[in-house]
Amino acid sequence: MTTGLVLLATALLLATAALAVARAGHERIHDIVYGASLALMTAILVLALVALLAGGDSALRLPLGLPWIGARFRIDALSAFFLALLGAGGAFASLYGLGYGRHETAPERVLPFYPLFLAGMTLVLLADDAFTFLLAWEVMSLASWALVLTQHRVADNRQAGYVYLAMASAGTVALLLAFGLLAGATGAYGFAEIREATPTPLTATLVLLLALFGAGSKAGLVPLHVWLPLAHPAAPSHVSALMSGVMTKVAIYGFLRLVLDLLGEPPWWAALVVLFMGGATAVIGILMALMQRDLKRLLAYSTIENVGVVFVGIGLALAFQASGMAAAAALALTAALFHALNHMLFKSLLFMGAGAVLTATGTADMERLGGLIHRLPVTSVVVLVGAVAIAALPPFNGFASEWLLFQAILQSPELADWGLKVMVPAVGAMLALAAALAAACFVKAYGITFLGRPRSPAATDAVEVDRLSLAAMAGLAALCLLAGILPGLIIDALAPVTTALLGQTMPVQRSLPWLTIVPIAESRSSYNGLLVCLFILVSGWLAALAIHRFASRRLRRGPAWGCGFAEPVAAGQYSGASFAQPIQRVLGPLLLRSAETVDMPRPGELRPARHTLRQEDIFWDRLYAPLAGLVENLAGRLNVLQFLTIRRYLSLVFAALVLLLLALAIWS
Amino acid sequence: MGSLAFDIAHLLAGGLVLVSFMLLYQDRLSALVNVFALHALVLALSVAWQAFVQDAPHLYVTALIAVAFKVLVVPLALHRIIRQLGIHREIETVVGIGPTMLAGMGLVALSMAVILKITPEADPLAREDLAFALAVLLLGLLLMVTRRNAVSQVIGFMSLENGLILAATGALGMPLVVEISVAFSILIAFIVIGVFLFRIRERFDTVDTSALDAFRGERQ
Repeated sequence: MTTGLVLLATALLLATAALAVARAGHERIHDIVYGASLALMTAILVLALVALLAGGDSALRLPLGLPWIGARFRIDALSAFFLALLGAGGAFASLYGLGYGRHETAPERVLPFYPLFLAGMTLVLLADDAFTFLLAWEVMSLASWALVLTQHRVADNRQAGYVYLAMASAGTVALLLAFGLLAGATGAYGFAEIREATPTPLTATLVLLLALFGAGSKAGLVPLHVWLPLAHPAAPSHVSALMSGVMTKVAIYGFLRLVLDLLGEPPWWAALVVLFMGGATAVIGILMALMQRDLKRLLAYSTIENVGVVFVGIGLALAFQASGMAAAAALALTAALFHALNHMLFKSLLFMGAGAVLTATGTADMERLGGLIHRLPVTSVVVLVGAVAIAALPPFNGFASEWLLFQAILQSPELADWGLKVMVPAVGAMLALAAALAAACFVKAYGITFLGRPRSPAATDAVEVDRLSLAAMAGLAALCLLAGILPGLIIDALAPVTTALLGQTMPVQRSLPWLTIVPIAESRSSYNGLLVCLFILVSGWLAALAIHRFASRRLRRGPAWGCGFAEPVAAGQYSGASFAQPIQRVLGPLLLRSAETVDMPRPGELRPARHTLRQEDIFWDRLYAPLAGLVENLAGRLNVLQFLTIRRYLSLVFAALVLLLLALAIWS
Repeated sequence: MGSLAFDIAHLLAGGLVLVSFMLLYQDRLSALVNVFALHALVLALSVAWQAFVQDAPHLYVTALIAVAFKVLVVPLALHRIIRQLGIHREIETVVGIGPTMLAGMGLVALSMAVILKITPEADPLAREDLAFALAVLLLGLLLMVTRRNAVSQVIGFMSLENGLILAATGALGMPLVVEISVAFSILIAFIVIGVFLFRIRERFDTVDTSALDAFRGERQ
């Protein structure tokens, strides 16, 4: 029943996409598309919440796709949770699009693909057989690729689209092979049959690695992340919000479905690999984010960090599961899923804020912004909420989920395996480093963009964006706060998911007084978001009161204290690059391949002094550039095959036949 | 009866492989065509014997088609072409005769090894037949690969097709329609190739296919 209704909503999304093509010139088409998307995604959100809270599976089989097999759809606890996440993210992005999309220069390049992208993601979550899953995955990839190419006249965007297309294809091939291995020789592509079968250790290993590659490349795991910071910022901002906030979560869903659900018992070392990749992703992602000067690129790199955090949670769940510690595994998985939800909320909010800045000033280059807090009063407040939440400060949601994750890490001394016992605290340290760098990163992002003095005329003349965009951002900001002070409700709502995947849940939090959460036992740790929030409010209010009571009551506006030296020009302010420089100096040569050169004119020379900072993605240089070179080289060599004589071709066929027969004679 | 029937089928199929070897070392075109006629004749005998053993009268039709087309029409036509083109001269082989024969022997051993290994539970008659048929097929391909002259490549192709028919008749119950359609497609292929031979000759004054390579335009 629920599945049928969600499928109906998906069909209507597809119809909206068709309508956007058919009536491309209609003057109200923009409102129709985003309005319909908003209504349908809200419906999906409500249906998914009902399915998650009421429990119970609902399956449906449609006579589509391959003959005799059909297309199977099913909603269980895992897909219901991710559908709710998608519904919420999609609804807010559509609401934002209603206002923001009016400024679109080429609406015919966005409107048809936007509902298609949403429908593709919905179908990935609904699919209950490999064929439907892969088809929906491709629809999702290609629709988002088309959205990345909205501004296709910019050369960088074309490059981004090309890299994205290559990586998406490679990822899908990996998933295709993984499903092929799982389905086995009999070709049982239904998820139910795959779940029944027990793969051999070799198959399980290969499937795990392929799933890590396929889903990891979509989610942005290092070193498969190179496309993400190129592609996510290139799309219109509400689509960036969807890609970063929701599509990476769909990829995480794919990984969970493959490894925890379909594969059955993953190999023991799986936890090590996932933990290591997650930790490395978190640290490298946030380091790269800290070095960016483009606001949207910074947010895209920060997405990589958060995906790493979620994967650390999944790796912990695998580790505890392998050691038979089901309760700890449930805690780690709950933390991972909670963080996925939180990241959807605040990253969508931040991308929408970046979109608002882009609309208001025409640039996302932080070195040309500044002082926007006076010009965009509402945007600056909601973006501050998002920045505080992503920096994992209480009482917002980012703190709650990262706190849960650290509670899971603190369980590591009870692990049986020595490798894991050493590995988990190390990953915990990496995570702590990433969290600290994330805070620095968003101090930079917020401070340089919204505080200080404007660095360009565009920033001086910025005007606040429209009401609908503001409403979408305010809604997300409110949810960030709510999820931060009511984590217990979300933990309880996640219980069916952990039951389905691990057979265990965290302790019920609903019955605890004052909305406290206690992940393991009262004696070990507890957190109360509501009390922390009240404390912050009361103490802040008291402090303000005391200052106003005992100091002057008047609001004064004066020059910022500049260490005794007031700069005459706005460009002389503390800049984003100068903020990041200490960290770049310490870690740059090691991890970022950054190089600084200072060109100082001699006394008497009239040219200006120049300080150049060159910085490259180490994975691009060391991994992808050689790979691309190798492929090009091989292609060049194989080109000869196009110009052989007929007899040579015959000889090749003959040699292939003889080789195959030989193989048959030897190994059959 | 069973043992004798098997032995004779074995003899005829083995004979076909032997004639395939004879094709490999013919270095004159007219002799090559004659040996090909012999090849087709042995095939027809083999098919007729299969018809007798399996008591399948439609296989007699197959044998008759083989005799009519491959023993009479095609060799006569090829002789005519050779006379008209005036190429009675020697065939230059790409690889020497010795290595070619050695490769052929290797191929026969390979086909035996493959078929005997993968069909342990099949009917022994069909099994031997399949092994010989695969050997004939591979030798036909070898002939095509080692020759430069277009006419001998055509003959290689047709001897390869003979191997296919041997395999098909060995398997019980091959429909006549399939056989007839294969025969006609071969005839049409022969006609097309014949026409092309004359066109090539008109253009380049030779039917040596290596001469064509120089005219492909893109690369030598």
